[in-house]
Amino acid sequence: MYSWILMLVVLAAMAGAYQIGRRRAIASAGGPTRIKQLHSLPTYYGLYAALWAGLPALLLMGLWVGLQDQIVIGLVTSHLPNEMVAGLSDGRLGLLINDIRNLATGNIVSAEVTPEIQTAADQYNRLNRLAQWAMWAVVLAVALAGLAYAWMRTQPRLRARNRVESTFTVILILFSSIAILTTLGIVLSVLFESLLFFQKVSPLEFFFGTNWSPQIALRADQVGASGAFGAIPLFTGTLMVSLISMLVAVPIGLLSAIYLSEYAHRQVRAIAKPTLEILAGIPTVVYGFFAALTVAPFIRDLGLSLGLDVASESALAAGLVMGIMIIPFVSSLSDDVINAVPQSLRDGSYALGATQSETIRRVVIPAALPGIVGGILLAVSRAIGETMIVVMAAGLSANLTANPLDSVTTVTVQIVTLLTGDQEFDSAKTLAAFALGLTLFLVTLTLNVIALSIVRKYREQYE
Amino acid sequence: MNTMVEVMDKTTGAISSADLAQDRPSAATVGDVTVADPRMTCRDVDVWYGAKQAIKGVSLDIGKNEVLSMIGPSGCGKSTFLRCLNRMNDTIDGCRVTGSIKLDEQDIYDKALDPVPLRAQVGMVFQKPNPFPKSIYENVAYGPRIHGLTNNKAELDELVESSLRKAGLWNEVKDRLDQPGTGLSGGQQQRLCIARTIAVSPEVILMDEPCSALDPIATAIIEELIDELRANYSIAIVTHSMQQAARVSQRTAYFHLGDLIEVGETNQIFTNPQHRLTEDYITGRFG
Repeated sequence: MYSWILMLVVLAAMAGAYQIGRRRAIASAGGPTRIKQLHSLPTYYGLYAALWAGLPALLLMGLWVGLQDQIVIGLVTSHLPNEMVAGLSDGRLGLLINDIRNLATGNIVSAEVTPEIQTAADQYNRLNRLAQWAMWAVVLAVALAGLAYAWMRTQPRLRARNRVESTFTVILILFSSIAILTTLGIVLSVLFESLLFFQKVSPLEFFFGTNWSPQIALRADQVGASGAFGAIPLFTGTLMVSLISMLVAVPIGLLSAIYLSEYAHRQVRAIAKPTLEILAGIPTVVYGFFAALTVAPFIRDLGLSLGLDVASESALAAGLVMGIMIIPFVSSLSDDVINAVPQSLRDGSYALGATQSETIRRVVIPAALPGIVGGILLAVSRAIGETMIVVMAAGLSANLTANPLDSVTTVTVQIVTLLTGDQEFDSAKTLAAFALGLTLFLVTLTLNVIALSIVRKYREQYE
Repeated sequence: MNTMVEVMDKTTGAISSADLAQDRPSAATVGDVTVADPRMTCRDVDVWYGAKQAIKGVSLDIGKNEVLSMIGPSGCGKSTFLRCLNRMNDTIDGCRVTGSIKLDEQDIYDKALDPVPLRAQVGMVFQKPNPFPKSIYENVAYGPRIHGLTNNKAELDELVESSLRKAGLWNEVKDRLDQPGTGLSGGQQQRLCIARTIAVSPEVILMDEPCSALDPIATAIIEELIDELRANYSIAIVTHSMQQAARVSQRTAYFHLGDLIEVGETNQIFTNPQHRLTEDYITGRFG
């Protein structure tokens, strides 16, 4: 007796209830010719009946499935002999319950099977079976009761459409709040872990320290790994890589957007724009090995031939490739805002004897500037949060340097290295990742909010 | 003059498509298309949008210091014709213009001619006010700046002031020249656009329904302005309002489905139209 069968049964009941509700409404109006007597269309009476038959039953069923195991386990443990349970820690008790559960479902049991455990397992099975049956009975009863209620309420004066629509509104609100609540949950969990971190390491050291060396002693007697959590080198590294990438992406993206939106022939645009946007579809890991295997060695060789000392994992290589990745963001967003500049402004400028380039420089770009700036800020926040390219191409050494030919590391790279592999989840090392993540989140959130408000303000200007 | 046929059956009411088809071959314009002192002369102008002909063999002069109004039902080609006069149609894909349009004896569709300086000579004011999202001052200074008309800031200031004065806007905006032009009211915006056009000292000003987005008071101000501007410029104005045409113009041209049906003194067109289509339009039976 699986729950999903019951779910199908309830869904079938909803379909049936729909038909019944509809017929009932038509009948109560006095036949198909007189449906004008009804407040709403017959369909709404059908939906009204279906919702009454389905929603309470499904909600109850969800609740039941969620709580059944807990209640059954509670009952089983309360029937265990006192001397077995007494003095057990929560962990031990959990193990015992697991054993019972395993025995009941026929899996391998860790401990020796005592008669008490056998009894408990039997009881567990019996209770579960009972609960299943009870669920079937109660859920179906609720569904029928709902249908009956809708049946009784159905009469021409019932405002079925309003009821159905407000129910759907509530359902829509519930679904949209899932996304919001998830974000909130992630933020809160990162926040709490960060607070734990700041109990171990002072925020002053974290935000203003210049030495990053997150290796900490695993055992008390270990030497040479005291741990230093000054995140300044990470911030500067992130800034440098982002800056290099924006130096690549902004001019190229902006100029190609101007060409595509103002000069390009329609056919050229139809081909060139999607092609440019393919860049955005390349997985970042591909950019990553392109950066690590092609660009970085190339820059290194170039530097050698010029007599410069270039690290094999230079900030320059990572920044260049990240810049290429971001070009489509800048060009596509700029293209949109440039296209949103009304043709009438261009006409006005042409009618004064301005050339096309004068019109673009003096009218179109200034008018589109807020939107372009917004697009660039969005691209910056993308660059700061980008991980894969820098993991593969930027290196791990936390150098505090202003030399782009040197190796640097970024916030995202450090988060990855702090959390990969087997780690203790309460050491300062792993908690540092959460503090970094929180910082990153706050920075990109601020950038996004600023960018979106700029873009929105600009949109209002022409609507 | 071949007006007899039309004059004879003026009595019929509504126009059937058969009537129109019948009118088509005899599309030669009623009235005198020439003026004694022309600034622009157009001869046998055809305009095509792709395969569709929007203007059919139109000949028309625009005289010095005259306001010429162009009226006609929607889609009759009057705006298209207006946009030919400063080659604004160049920006439209698939638009083709044949025939001759001359500004002071210079063919403006000459291959050797650059449309950019032409548009400084033949300015245009659009249906919807389109000030640039810049300050009021910068809006007016835009044209003089790109054409290098002034040598220093003082000259530019003076030109901006005189343009705004001519457009009758100076007193309203002299204290807030640095505020955005988009913040003005609709009528003020349109006068700002006129000031912007005047600032490059054109010879001809084209106006494409300049008052259609304005209230009656703003319209009255602009009409008064048009009358004053006539002293220095030639003006061609497209309008949907026959009262406006009657109020501001000396000559009126009636367009119908791409044909120029009738041209004449404004008084004569509105009191004694020769062509039946013109009469039907101005008496409100059609269009």
